[in-house]
Amino acid sequence: MTDRIKAQILNKQDMGRIITRLSHEILEKNRGIENLVLIGLRTRGAYLAERIQRKIKEIEDAEVPTGFLDVTLYRDDFRTRLKQPAVEVTNIPFDVDGENIVLIDDVLYTGRTIRAALDALMDFGRPARIDLAILVDRGHRELPIKADFIGKNIPTSIGEEVRVKMSEIDDEDAVNLVEVIDN
Amino acid sequence: MLKSRHLLGLDGMEKSEIQLLLDTARSFREILNRPIKRVPTLQGKTVVNLFYEPSTRTRISFELAEKRMSADIVNFSASTSSVKKGETLIDTVKNIEAMKIDMVVIRHSSPGAAHLLSQVLDANIINAGDGGHEHPTQALLDMMTIREKFGRLDGLTIGIIGDVAHSRVAMSNIFGLITMGARVLICGPSTLIPREIERLGVEVYHNIDEVIPQVDVLNILRLQLERQESGLFPSLREYHNYFGITTERLEKAEKPILIMHPGPMNRGLEISSHVADSEHSVILEQVTNGIALRMAVLYLLGGGKSEIH
Repeated sequence: MTDRIKAQILNKQDMGRIITRLSHEILEKNRGIENLVLIGLRTRGAYLAERIQRKIKEIEDAEVPTGFLDVTLYRDDFRTRLKQPAVEVTNIPFDVDGENIVLIDDVLYTGRTIRAALDALMDFGRPARIDLAILVDRGHRELPIKADFIGKNIPTSIGEEVRVKMSEIDDEDAVNLVEVIDN
Repeated sequence: MLKSRHLLGLDGMEKSEIQLLLDTARSFREILNRPIKRVPTLQGKTVVNLFYEPSTRTRISFELAEKRMSADIVNFSASTSSVKKGETLIDTVKNIEAMKIDMVVIRHSSPGAAHLLSQVLDANIINAGDGGHEHPTQALLDMMTIREKFGRLDGLTIGIIGDVAHSRVAMSNIFGLITMGARVLICGPSTLIPREIERLGVEVYHNIDEVIPQVDVLNILRLQLERQESGLFPSLREYHNYFGITTERLEKAEKPILIMHPGPMNRGLEISSHVADSEHSVILEQVTNGIALRMAVLYLLGGGKSEIH
């Protein structure tokens, strides 16, 4: 399988500006940080959550509780996949009861990952509200799910993929539109 | 990725496979601390727990792991079944499989029982102990517990003490630990050490006081009293005097030694109460890790399309 990069959608500076804007929007809607918690979806949503947490600290001079969620065990394709994806550690070291959760992920596509995340969060308690913040919305939803905070809308076709790279685990900060070519 | 659809033993398993099992188990640990200790992953899968030998902790641990993964469970114990009417193992499991099950966890007194099932059934087979052969999930949870404390397995020295000859726990630990790059010392009376066990890559000792100064971990085996009728050592008291792990013995070591025991313990025999309850004992953490480890095994084996038609 070979992939071809069709276009770079966001560079490092673009990503930085989007994270700043998303942080302000989250603070605006929640009118500050009271009862606000961030939960990032492993893998790259967790790094995004950490970056938003740092940005909010710069703005408000306060630390928002931040947790990380791996939704692998809640996915709906366990019976159809042959290879099991690695399960990463979930770490939500605070009570979510009555909190306003902002769920954070890199790409919103079919909505199935978010469905799994909502189910998982309900096992941790009863939050007052859950919002969804997303770096890139590429469309093609298969479930009735929408994002509350959107970094960038990118119309895509099914044969394309949106690859988010973050310097925490990749060699750079960038979002690329990739064409997947099956041989 | 695991190479086999079954978990029959650690003999021949590759380092990367053991690593994957231990890494996955570490991720599952956290689920046990949640308010709702259950994930939906195995919904719709049916697991049969087939126990031909008495077992409390392994059976409960598997059962809890299955429930935490949302599997449907059927429990079968030999004492209350048609085994008493003379049905063979293969006939029994063929009948159970005809009821559309997906996975079988088996404990049996015959070495190779799990292997036999893997040849005649389409279901995933998990060996929960087969005679004196292997008990892979116990060894994996032991390794998980050691790795949690030391951050690694390679380069550590682990002492396995006691009745190695009757111990499937010891066999699986030896296979796994050697593969992971640990040094393994075994120690016990020569009547309880299998001949030529050195060929597996372990060092054999008969004096516990020579072992203690060298090790990071002591895994103390249960003295299987039910298998000692044949007089393999003079008396329980003599066994305790020569091989029992006591505080006085451990004080001779320069560094603290991690204390493990697969249970159930004979307090005052192979291990003193003081050692069993000391701050360096991780015996109860082994039990907790056992559930996470078995959840990881079910997860890694249970996915994909069912091959039963």
